[in-house]
Amino acid sequence: MSHKQRQRPPSHARQRPPADRLLLYGTSAFAILLLALPVLVLFIRGVGTRAWLGLPSTDVILAAVGLSFASTSVVTGAILALGTPLAYVLARVTFPSKRLLSLFIELPIVMPPAVAGLALLLTFGRRGALGTFLAEAGITIPFSIAAVVLAQFFIAAPFYIRSAQVGFSTISPEIEDAARVDGAYGWRMFWHITLPIAWRALFAGMVLSWARALGEFGATILFAGNLQGKTQTMPLLVYSIFERDIDAAIWAGLLLIGLALLALFLSQSFAQAQDRLLR
Amino acid sequence: MIQEKGSSGQAMHFLRFLIFLVLCTSLGTARAQQSQALTIFAATSLTDAFEALRTAFLDERPQAQVSLHFANSSTLAAQLLQGAPADIFASANAAQMQLVLEGDLATAADIEHFAYNQLALITPADNPAELHALADLARPGVLLVLAAESTPIRSYTDAMLEAYAQEHDERFLRAVYGNVASEERNVRLVTARVALGEADAGIVYVSDSMGDIAADLHVIDIDPAYNQLAAYPVAQLSEARNPSLARYFVDFLLSPPAQRILASFGFCADAILQAPASPTPEPSPDVTQATPAPAQPCPPAPASG
Repeated sequence: MSHKQRQRPPSHARQRPPADRLLLYGTSAFAILLLALPVLVLFIRGVGTRAWLGLPSTDVILAAVGLSFASTSVVTGAILALGTPLAYVLARVTFPSKRLLSLFIELPIVMPPAVAGLALLLTFGRRGALGTFLAEAGITIPFSIAAVVLAQFFIAAPFYIRSAQVGFSTISPEIEDAARVDGAYGWRMFWHITLPIAWRALFAGMVLSWARALGEFGATILFAGNLQGKTQTMPLLVYSIFERDIDAAIWAGLLLIGLALLALFLSQSFAQAQDRLLR
Repeated sequence: MIQEKGSSGQAMHFLRFLIFLVLCTSLGTARAQQSQALTIFAATSLTDAFEALRTAFLDERPQAQVSLHFANSSTLAAQLLQGAPADIFASANAAQMQLVLEGDLATAADIEHFAYNQLALITPADNPAELHALADLARPGVLLVLAAESTPIRSYTDAMLEAYAQEHDERFLRAVYGNVASEERNVRLVTARVALGEADAGIVYVSDSMGDIAADLHVIDIDPAYNQLAAYPVAQLSEARNPSLARYFVDFLLSPPAQRILASFGFCADAILQAPASPTPEPSPDVTQATPAPAQPCPPAPASG
């Protein structure tokens, strides 16, 4: 509830009978409990057992952390390079069946990651639609870091594209038209006019898709497999060691949650900054 | 922002509905407890066999409600130790059963060995890497997929590879492990990777190379001198909701009809029936060691469907 609303005399609330209010706040509290309790328990358990002290397999965690950061860095670069032009086109150009195309681009956001992994395997796998040709050229993608990157790109890119598209479309075409009158075209206009206005939205989307790539699990384990130091990213590590070494799993889990929180906070802050700028 | 469309009447209706739902679920649970619910945690390699066994069991006890939950044995043991409710635990090796014993979830006296399995080396049907024997796994560039380290199949695989390396060449082990492309969570995923043609080879149980997936696979026999015998222990759990029903299911597993079903899925289960002279291995206090290869080879499964 916003600050403003609290100061206003609660006329509606006064009329509301107690059973109604009880139900409203009761269900809200229950929902908060469901959402927050598991994370809280993980944190308390990790701190309570000093999970970081008795880590017997630090090198395993370090390998996973290193792999996660390497792959998500490459993925973020690829998403920026390929997603930015696409988002700009989607924001500026109208063409038939554009809605259908947008639907397809955003599908991975809601698609079960395991299904995405299966689709990637059937496309880029050794006997896949494209993989057969790649194999003839001596390129095998599954079980390699390339597969990790592809899986993360497939799942995470839509988050950036959507955010960047919204960012671009809030810039009035008149601003760009004015720039064109002043002689700014193409790349120069994008760099000096469009980007300085929209960068917060792009950044918000970039951080969000980075976090999504970092947390990617289902598509990775299906498509890239699971091998320590080669394709075992942090989420796969958590899944692989929770029964052997629950403290290490909790530690890696807390690290992931911390990074996700930071990314979400940054993303929201910059998205709001963009909103304020254009209001 | 909060929408306040609902009148108190609607809210009360909703509240009554919620109470009704809660009552329904609790009544449902209560009834299930009194009746014949049986939750079975079973190793992944038992998937097909146990689904057939459930059908056969329900012919004997039609009022029973059997739910099956499959995962690799170490995941199951971890879930049980974290308090997952179950009545029966069927493990693919002794080590995971030992964990459950140590957690006081079952007693040693309740453990029965109901099935045996052996290892098989599988490749895709067209065998792209042209593998013909265990030794070929050490060839550079072979894409090998194994199960993850905590799983029973991996313990048996490691023991088998070590036995081979001891007789031949110690470098064999490093070469083979260097060829591992992925460590899968359970043995079924290993089979799937190979059947899909993504991997050149995998090591699974003989029972996993049978059934519908056999058409996509080429099976290379492993020399009995190195092959391992996987013994499957089953136990009713101390927390079983209906102990007599749980016991009945364990006895059913040891009965000739159930043993025939297991044999039809590639388990050398009827070894128990054929060799009454050698009694079921008693669980010793230390059963964490993988069962050594048996003196007599696993008998071939009968062709009955």
